[in-house]
Amino acid sequence: MNILLRGRDIPDLHKLDVYLKHGGYEGLKKALSMKPAEVIELVKASGLRGRGGAGFPTGLKWSFIPQNEPVKYVTVNCDESETGTFKDREIIETNPHQLIEGALICAYAIQATAVYIYLRGEFWDQGHALDGYIEEARKAGLVFDNIAGSGWSCPVYTHLGAGAYICGEETALLESLEGKMGQPRVRPPFPANKGGGLYGEPTVINNVETLTNVPWIMVQGAEEYKKIGTEQSAGTKIFCVSGHVEKPGNYELPLGITMRELLYTHAGGIRGGKQIKAILPSGGSGPIMRVNGNDDAILDTKLSYEDMAKAGSILGSASIIVMDEDTDIAWVATKAIQFFKHESCGKCTPCREGTYWLEKVCERIMANEAQLSDIDLVSNIAKNMQGMTLCALGDFAANPIIHTVKLFPEDFKKHIAQPSAPAVKKAAQPAPAGD
Amino acid sequence: MALTEKYGELIQKTFAKYPDKRSAVMPMLHLAQQEYGWVSPEGIQEVAEICEMDPTQVKSIAGFYTMYSESPKGKYWLQVCTDLACALGGADKFYEDLKAELGVEDGGTTEDGLFTVEHVMCLAACDKAPMLQCNFHFEEKLDMEKMRKRLAEWRAEAAKAK
Ligand SMILES: Cc1cc2nc3c(=O)[nH]c(=O)nc-3n(C[C@H](O)[C@H](O)[C@H](O)COP(=O)(O)O)c2cc1C
Ligand code: SF4
Ligand code: FES
Repeated sequence: MNILLRGRDIPDLHKLDVYLKHGGYEGLKKALSMKPAEVIELVKASGLRGRGGAGFPTGLKWSFIPQNEPVKYVTVNCDESETGTFKDREIIETNPHQLIEGALICAYAIQATAVYIYLRGEFWDQGHALDGYIEEARKAGLVFDNIAGSGWSCPVYTHLGAGAYICGEETALLESLEGKMGQPRVRPPFPANKGGGLYGEPTVINNVETLTNVPWIMVQGAEEYKKIGTEQSAGTKIFCVSGHVEKPGNYELPLGITMRELLYTHAGGIRGGKQIKAILPSGGSGPIMRVNGNDDAILDTKLSYEDMAKAGSILGSASIIVMDEDTDIAWVATKAIQFFKHESCGKCTPCREGTYWLEKVCERIMANEAQLSDIDLVSNIAKNMQGMTLCALGDFAANPIIHTVKLFPEDFKKHIAQPSAPAVKKAAQPAPAGD
Repeated sequence: MALTEKYGELIQKTFAKYPDKRSAVMPMLHLAQQEYGWVSPEGIQEVAEICEMDPTQVKSIAGFYTMYSESPKGKYWLQVCTDLACALGGADKFYEDLKAELGVEDGGTTEDGLFTVEHVMCLAACDKAPMLQCNFHFEEKLDMEKMRKRLAEWRAEAAKAK
């Protein structure tokens, strides 16, 4: 069932008239007929959790905003830069009004002064298209002044970033919007509090996918939403499947379906009929899962926040990267660390120095020039980063090393320099796997 | 102040979005880059004046974000994703072949000044690997045959523009 990717069922849903014909902005009108606090209660009751990675309860987040502050903001996180993630892009391309509507419902619920949609700069075309959709909605009286005749007004603006993964971290995003380098802030104060948000004002930051659920919840009700998914993970989720599957792409499915169903029923199974070896369920940043072939029971893990945690990983943003039997996991770890080294904002030492050294040693391992002790060395560097950094990027960077070394030690050991074996002198070998 | 003269209305419209002029620094750097092809020292100076900021601050912001180019690039700036998910779909090999086709190294520009190639991290199109952005427009599900066609089209487009 498609709540978010309805654009697949309804042609031209990005156009306002088509969206209106299919119940568009009814959720906003419903919200406007309620008290702001009632809207927050409804979203709370739906069980909706943040889709940006952390799974924080959305209604609860909104309820943290102090009511008596005159200036408040909603910022929409469309930075979408995690390796393997491409869901928010499909939403803003095919169902943009549902995002605008969801953001406005949030703005009404917290009585915000303005909404800013922060898009990664590479969404250049999408960002400009979104400006057009907002303008269309403005002409129809659905954003900016006297929204839907309610007397309530709220502008919606886009803001393009310029290439920096760290700007997806919520406080770095706020810095970037304020016209600074995108470096995370020290908390507290938290964004919801006075002094911690955008321009120092209380601010809600939500992911695109999170907010796009909200109009549906307003119209269908919290009970209907809770019927989808599991006890602790309500609703549908867009799973971004990439890597060695026959049919990579976005799949919107109820939370709690199994990994097996996602990969084999929907994504067409492993490319070329090969066996599956590993899954990165949350892009480069979450713990890798070891899968010993297509029959492994780990494939029966349910894709929910709680079940993925029990299985030793995370659901995160559900960017599921699949690797077949021929994949060298040491190479995967090297690719992941190259990403985090590149994206570290450099503000705190453990992350800046740690990613630098991890990349150096991983590249040495890939060049078959490392010693056995280098495998312990990378684990130790990574462990020393955990919990020691200002933002979660430091932990994200440690994860691909710690878990790959633990679960696939043989893939690292085979690169250890043998005095007799000729070393292959080249950093980060191209994928040895099926391409 | 070429930018203020040419884009006065756009600049005012951008200011109107934010309670603070400083927030316009990123859109203004994008504007400068579009106008001059890169974020030149003159561009930095102009943006600083527009946003009432210190030029060194503007420069450090331009340096922080990878999309702002601090040196002139080819007419077509090709950014190929070689990050993990694309690499599993053959992006590393594709990038090697593309560099060989154009006779340049990573980050290099062809002698005719038409193409700059660079490898970049995930561009949110991992299901359509190999892929790249050309001047920030997506080109997806590529192979060298398709790529040669696109290169020819861009060459023709550039010749026509001359
Ligand atoms: C390094 C880093 C990168 C992040 N990137 C994104 C991102 O691209 N998009 C996103 O929605 N959240 C991202 N997050 C999570 C945000 O900080 C924040 O938790 C989220 O936007 C909250 O929205 P939600 O409650 O709707 O999930 C990132 C976090 C970190 C630490
Ligand atoms: S952990 Fe890394 S990305 Fe986060 S603030 Fe520190 S240096 Fe910057
Ligand atoms: S890894 Fe290349 S677009 Fe995501």
